Amino acid sequence: MSTKKMLRNEAPLLEVKNLETAFDIEGTDYNAVDNVSFKVKPRQIVGIVGESGCGKSVMSLSIMKLLPKGIGKVKSGEIIFDGINLEKMSESQINKIRGKDVSMIFQEPMTSLNPVFTIGYQLQEVLFNHMKISKQEARQKAIALLKSVGISRPEKLVDEYPHQLSGGMRQRVMIAIAIACQPKLLIADEPTTALDVTVQAQILELLKEIQAVNDMSVILITHDLGVVAEMCDEVIVMYAGKIVERADVDTLFHNPKHPYTTLLLGAIPKMDEQEERLSSIKGIVPSLTNMPKVGCRFAHRCPKAMPECFTVTPVLGDVEQDHEVACLLYETSKPREGVK
Amino acid sequence: MSTTSVHKGKEKTSTDSENLLEIKNLKTYYPVKGGFFKRTVGNVKAVDNVSFEIKKGETLGLVGESGCGKSTAGRTILRLLRPTDGKIIFDGKDITKVSGKSLREIRKDMQMVFQDPYASLNPMQMVGDIIAEPIYNFSKKSKAELKNEVMDLLDKVGLPPDAYYKYAHEFSGGQRQRIGIARSLALRPKLIIADEPVSALDVSVQSQVLNLLKDLQKEFDLTFLFIAHDLSVVKHMSDRIGVMYLGNMVEVADKGLLYAEPLHPYTQALISAIPSPDPRIKKERIILKGDVPSPINPPSGCPFHPRCPMAMEECSKTKPVLKEVKPSHRVACHLY
Repeated sequence: MSTKKMLRNEAPLLEVKNLETAFDIEGTDYNAVDNVSFKVKPRQIVGIVGESGCGKSVMSLSIMKLLPKGIGKVKSGEIIFDGINLEKMSESQINKIRGKDVSMIFQEPMTSLNPVFTIGYQLQEVLFNHMKISKQEARQKAIALLKSVGISRPEKLVDEYPHQLSGGMRQRVMIAIAIACQPKLLIADEPTTALDVTVQAQILELLKEIQAVNDMSVILITHDLGVVAEMCDEVIVMYAGKIVERADVDTLFHNPKHPYTTLLLGAIPKMDEQEERLSSIKGIVPSLTNMPKVGCRFAHRCPKAMPECFTVTPVLGDVEQDHEVACLLYETSKPREGVK
Repeated sequence: MSTTSVHKGKEKTSTDSENLLEIKNLKTYYPVKGGFFKRTVGNVKAVDNVSFEIKKGETLGLVGESGCGKSTAGRTILRLLRPTDGKIIFDGKDITKVSGKSLREIRKDMQMVFQDPYASLNPMQMVGDIIAEPIYNFSKKSKAELKNEVMDLLDKVGLPPDAYYKYAHEFSGGQRQRIGIARSLALRPKLIIADEPVSALDVSVQSQVLNLLKDLQKEFDLTFLFIAHDLSVVKHMSDRIGVMYLGNMVEVADKGLLYAEPLHPYTQALISAIPSPDPRIKKERIILKGDVPSPINPPSGCPFHPRCPMAMEECSKTKPVLKEVKPSHRVACHLY
C-alpha cells in the first residue's frame, strides 16, 4: 500500500494528452485512437486491455512513433516522456530515445527477430547504437544480458540464430534486447499471447523481476484479464479507440463501473467457480469505417443503454478518487456546457 | 457416475454400450524423411499411447500445450490421419482400419469444428452452399428442402437468414465460427470434435460461442470432444478432462476432481500457471523449467521427468502407465 501512495505524488514518466491517431482509408481519415489521455508514473505497471481492434496496439505504436508511414499518423495530442514532447521531435532525435529510454517487446517473437542474423548480433546492434562500447565489451554485455533473462547457456546462444530457439526462448531474447540499455519505460504489446501457459508464467515472472530490478515503468498491452490482474498496478480499459474506464487493479476487478468492463469480466470462464452460462456481449465491435459519430461507441451493444447514449458522447470523469469512467450512467461523464 | 475403466495393458474388451467413443493405446507417428533417397529416418511421435473413452452426451475436454498431440489425436479419431497403432471404436464399431465407402458412411456421424474460422471456410462459396454441402453429399434432397434445412440451421446458430446469400469474408470471426458450427451440425452427427473452436476469438465473442455450443449440445443431444489449450475454457465446457503431454495422456478425471485435486505434477503446474482474473487471489505458482522437448526425440521414461519438480530416479527409466488411483481419476505417474 505504501508504495502505491508514494506513486500517486510523483511526477509522471509518460503523459499522453488527447492523443488522436488516424488511419487513411481511401482518402478519408478514421480515428483508431480517439482523444486518449493517461499517465504512467515511475515504476508503475499500467495494463491496457481491450478486444482486438480497440486501438491498444495503435496507441503503443503512436508512442513509439512506429506507425506505418503514409497510412497512419498522429493527428493531434501530445506525448510527453520524461519532460520532452515526443511529438515535436525529429526522426533522428527519436532514434536516440527509442531503444534506449523507451523500448518495446512485441507479440510475435518469431517475426520480430531477424532470421539471418545471430542472436548476439541483434543484441549488440542496440548496444552499438546507444553506447560507446568496444566489440569485446558488447559481446560480454550481450552474454550477461542473456543470462539475466534466464537463458541457461548464453555463451553458446549468442552465436545461434532465432530459428534454433523455442517461442519462450525467443521472447526472452526479445526482452534482453529491450532492456539492454536499461530503459525507463518498457512497452510490452501482448508479450505472452503466442506462448503456452507454463511458458507464459515463466515470462511474466521474468518481466516482474526485471521491472523491480531495473526500476522501470511498464505498459502492458493485453487482452487477457488474468494477466492484468496478476501483473498491473493500474488498468486502462479501451473500447473502439477510447478509454472507457481507468482505475487501480483492485478497484477495477472488484468495483467495475462501466457496463463494458462488467460484461468483459463476466465473459471469462472462472477457474474457481462453476457457472452454467457466461455473460456475453451481443454483437461485435463496430469497424473503424462505421464508428458512430456521436454518442457512446458501446451504446448499441450495451444492455443499459439509454436514448441519450446515442446522442451524447460521454467524457472520462472521476467517479471516485482515481477511478475514471466514461459512461452516461454517471453524472461525471456528462459533457460540460460548451465542451463538445 | 459410472466407473468405466479401460486399464492400459490388460484391456477390458467390454464394449460398453454407454460409450460412444473408445480409444485404446492410440499412436500416430509422422515419419521424418531425410537423406538423398528421402528415407524415413525417424518418427515424430505426435500421439504416443493415448487411451480414453467418451460416453454418450458427454463432453470430454482435451488440454495440453502446443505440440502435445491433442489436435493430432482429434484428427486421427476422425480418420483424417491414419493411426500408426491402437484402436478407435466408435459407436460399437472398430473404425481403425475402415476405408472407402464405409469410412464415408461413418464420417456422417462425426464432424469437426476447426480452430481458424478464416481458413476453414471456402471464400468462393456462398454461406448457404457451405452449410448445404454435407447434406448434399449424403442425401438426395430437392433444392427447396435443402434450403429450408440450411435456413433452419442458420437460425439455430443465431445467424440472420440473409447470411445464406453472403460470403465468408462478410462476417466477423465469431460469426464465421457459427457458420462452421452450422456446417458441422448439418448431418446431425453423434460426435463433434471441436479443435480449439474459440482460441481465435475475443473474450466477449468467445463467451457467445461457448454458450451456443452448450445450448446445441442439449438440443441435439451431442457428444463433444473439446480440444483446447485454455484450461478455464475447457473447465467451463467439459464433464471430464484429459491432460496430454508430449503425445501421452498423463491424467484423466472428472472436471471437479481434476481441478480440486490434480495428481500429476504436470497438471498441477498447468493449473497453477493460469493467471487468475482476480488481483486478490495470490496463487502459489509452480514455475516449470525449460520448454517442451521435441517429440522426435522424447526423453526416456516419463516424458515429463526433465521438467518435473518431483522427478525420482525411476522416472527416467520406466514409462509410467495410466492407472486408476481413485474412482474415475486416472493418472500416469510413478508417485502413485
